[in-house]
Amino acid sequence: MAAASTALTSTPAPRRRPYWTIARRDALAGWLFVAPQLAGIATFVLLPLVLVAWFSLHEWNVLANTFNFVGARNYQQLLADPNLPGVLGASAVFSAGLVVFNLSLALLLAVLLNQKLAGIAVFRTLFFSPVVVSLVAWTIVWGFLLQKNGGINGALLALGIEGPNWLRSPGTAMASVIVVQVFKNVGLNMVLFLAALQGVPGELYEAARIDGVPRFKQFRRITLPLISPTIVLTSIITVVGSLQVFAQIAVLTQGGPGISTTVLVYYLYQQTFQFNMFGYGSTLAILLFVIVLVLTFAQWSLRRKVVFHEER
Amino acid sequence: MTTPRRPLIRSLLASLALTLGLIAHAPAQAQTKLRMTIWSANEAHLKLFNGIADDYKRIKPDVSVAFESLPFPTYTTALTTQIAGGNAPDMAWIFETTAQDFVNSGALFPLGRTLAAAPGYNLSEVSAGATERWTKDGMLYAYPFSTSPFAMFVNNDLIKKAGAKTPEELIAAGQWTWANAIASSEAVAKSGKAGLIVRDFNYQDWQYLASVWNGWGASPWSADGKRCTLTDKPMVDALSFIHDAIFTKKAMPGPGQSVDFFAGDAAMTITQISRASLLPKDKPFAWDLVPLPKGPVGDYALIGQAGIGVFSAGKNAAEAAAFVAFLTNPDNSAKLTQFFPSARKSLLNADVLKKTNALLSSAQLDKVVVSGIATGKVMPGHSGFARIQQTVRAGLDTVWTPQANIPAAMQSICAQITPLLQN
Repeated sequence: MAAASTALTSTPAPRRRPYWTIARRDALAGWLFVAPQLAGIATFVLLPLVLVAWFSLHEWNVLANTFNFVGARNYQQLLADPNLPGVLGASAVFSAGLVVFNLSLALLLAVLLNQKLAGIAVFRTLFFSPVVVSLVAWTIVWGFLLQKNGGINGALLALGIEGPNWLRSPGTAMASVIVVQVFKNVGLNMVLFLAALQGVPGELYEAARIDGVPRFKQFRRITLPLISPTIVLTSIITVVGSLQVFAQIAVLTQGGPGISTTVLVYYLYQQTFQFNMFGYGSTLAILLFVIVLVLTFAQWSLRRKVVFHEER
Repeated sequence: MTTPRRPLIRSLLASLALTLGLIAHAPAQAQTKLRMTIWSANEAHLKLFNGIADDYKRIKPDVSVAFESLPFPTYTTALTTQIAGGNAPDMAWIFETTAQDFVNSGALFPLGRTLAAAPGYNLSEVSAGATERWTKDGMLYAYPFSTSPFAMFVNNDLIKKAGAKTPEELIAAGQWTWANAIASSEAVAKSGKAGLIVRDFNYQDWQYLASVWNGWGASPWSADGKRCTLTDKPMVDALSFIHDAIFTKKAMPGPGQSVDFFAGDAAMTITQISRASLLPKDKPFAWDLVPLPKGPVGDYALIGQAGIGVFSAGKNAAEAAAFVAFLTNPDNSAKLTQFFPSARKSLLNADVLKKTNALLSSAQLDKVVVSGIATGKVMPGHSGFARIQQTVRAGLDTVWTPQANIPAAMQSICAQITPLLQN
């Protein structure tokens, strides 16, 4: 009886907490969901990045099958490369031209197409359609149009104007490549701007109209501040995209005349795959990575100053 | 009770033996698959190569060969990228311009011994001049299967319509010179069509201009490859002549102009005889094929070469070399001559060439092909050619403007490529 009493009065052993708590199960599910993406990034982004950094410390002769550690020699070569200032200059001109022209045109088109008119969807589709066209096909067609005896000069000649040699003159080659790229991708930024414009509350314009604010001032004081997050986003996308331009250069100018259109990615391609200097090409890739990183960080930091209603 | 088990055990043992036998037998029947990269996707070329591969399979049933066409403009880049990726082909066509890069790199399997040992191969009948660029320290590393001279295709209809003299008439009068070739081209250009095109040059691949400047005795670098000779008088004179033909006489289409001779839009074009297949069948014009005009140094010829090399890194290098010996033996070389003229002496005569070149007359073959291969210089090439080519291309862009200062441009180019030549 006493024993039974003791058994009844003793405190039960604390229940062991199960390992697979709800929180842990949720965490596991989350990791499993992101695992494929993570594996992809690790395999196709992070690993190549590490390998490129490793290759940049080597001299790799593909034909002779030699792979020798050379330390910082490729980086010294980079600093002494006589073509590099010209290449970086061409990249800067291309990026600046593309960003200014692309964003201005995209915003202009978005404002024009942000109207409730019959058939406006047709125009929106028309301006967006180049975005879905194959880049190389688009560039090849433009290559024919921009030849000395091509379609554009043919049209100019009909008007009594002798057109320039668009892709062979130093003054027009880069401008031609920029225009081809702008027309290709302006539709994407236009759609983003259009969405931003449609998010601006109508009552703000109504109040401004009642106060007698002119149209341009409305645009400057209401529209631009409210779409500033989109302007920052599109400028980051366009700058990063402009630094990766390759196919347009390869198809239209092959970096010429001279090296006036040899942008960094095309120069990297030449050094790596045409001249078989895989080590030096990797060094150029690291330079490109650093430039993109710095520019993106700078633009992202800038948003605090220029974006009207960015959360701090 | 044990008796019923015996058949089961026997059958199991038999199955095991059969399986093991099959496994053991497998290596003997394993196929050796060889892969050769080529820059032609021409159906007739592929048919010919596949036919030869089929013949080889009849002799060696365990070896099959596949031909992989890579785009011509980026061929070498694609090939070296395959090598860098650890996916080198067993065999590859190699441009004459990059021959030194491949031969000197150690990437190629030495072919000389395999070819010399092949029954009936007769390597000695291939001229030393043809194999020079593919040889290092007395060993042949790639076989020059195509030795194709450059010649002038002519549209006699356009020339006659412009009231100019045809090359045939000029040759008969002993006046087939560069000055007269440009005069006839200028006349055609004035009539509204284009004059003379150096095919594949496109103001990018300047090495094709050797078909013109060789007539001045010019070359981009010295014979030993160490000294830039672009500033020498023959080269400056030749480039001045070309510049004058483009910008003053308008006898050659200028930069950025796209004109196709084979569409009947130009008076003449310099190219290799294999391009005869591009002559139009629907709307034919009266065409001719003549040797290159005389330059200030007299008669001359230029030949383009293509070699076949075997990569030593491949696990089937010896087998691939044996296939190259079969592919380029006298019988198959005779077949290949239809598109790729052979440097074999026994095949270098108009009678043999006529059998496989229906489009060309015996006289054309004799004057252009036989004579061209016998006397022609090979297109310029150098170690690190791609880098030199690109540097010269960028420098020459200043020459292809109406107000060019050619001697100054040549000096600038030489300053840039001299370190590359001496490297």
